[in-house]
Amino acid sequence: METAFTPVLSLAGGALIGLSAVMLMGLNGRIAGISGIASRLLRRDFGGAADRQGLFFIIGLLLAAPTYAAVTGNWPVQTVSGNIPLLMIAGVLVGFGAVFGNGCTSGHGVCGISRQSVRSLIATATFMTTGIATVFVMRHVIGA
Amino acid sequence: MKNQLKNVSGLLAGFTFGIGLLLSGMADPAKVQNFLDLFGTWDPSLAFVMGGAIAVTFPGFRLITRNSGPVFDVKFHLPSRTDLDARLLTGAAIFGIGWGLGGFCPGPALTALPLAATGTISFVPAMFLGMWLAGQAPFRTALLMNA
Repeated sequence: METAFTPVLSLAGGALIGLSAVMLMGLNGRIAGISGIASRLLRRDFGGAADRQGLFFIIGLLLAAPTYAAVTGNWPVQTVSGNIPLLMIAGVLVGFGAVFGNGCTSGHGVCGISRQSVRSLIATATFMTTGIATVFVMRHVIGA
Repeated sequence: MKNQLKNVSGLLAGFTFGIGLLLSGMADPAKVQNFLDLFGTWDPSLAFVMGGAIAVTFPGFRLITRNSGPVFDVKFHLPSRTDLDARLLTGAAIFGIGWGLGGFCPGPALTALPLAATGTISFVPAMFLGMWLAGQAPFRTALLMNA
């Protein structure tokens, strides 16, 4: 299914993501890496200041869509596959891979690259490559 | 007091991040998968998301870290590792496969959770399971020999 090319909205949305990363670093001294922040919620010793500001970050994320809906009168448009087993497998791989590899699209892709971290640059190139390969196999080899 | 202020700035940063994801289209898995579909219905929008984010973060981090520390903490908590190891590459490779399969990464999945699509409700608990799994003994120490 095709989706519309939205360069202006995407650039503006990206700038807000960047603003958020700068806010979190400038105010709290923390990297806006969602997998790192989310996985802290699972810690057995959860409760430190870093964990709690992360919990509030996640609450902020969760408030975004309802606020968007309240302001614009419409929920954001999205298409999510209804293939439950596929999405559960995808979820496990994303969660596992992000923690195992110390970061995801936000921590490596945005914050890490902005810090000129070679580790993050390599990680981003790696997940982009396997992501592209996966979609290629799924859509053009298997035809799902 | 400073810890309460940290919570407030965490909340505001998370909210800003979520609105950014929604506006940019990154919270829509169809758009993400089309970005990854170079040889099909390619939608280059997400390159603009990343470009916009880095265009702000890159100079922003440079300006901020000229100060001795953040406003509500004594220091910047920055990753210090610079070595490349098998763990980083394996984790990123697995992450990318899951990202391609579902079109979701952690931020967009959490942001899309209140929209309550069945797929998102299935993805998020599975993602936490995967995160938990990566912290368990056999994986916690795996491939750390060369770290």
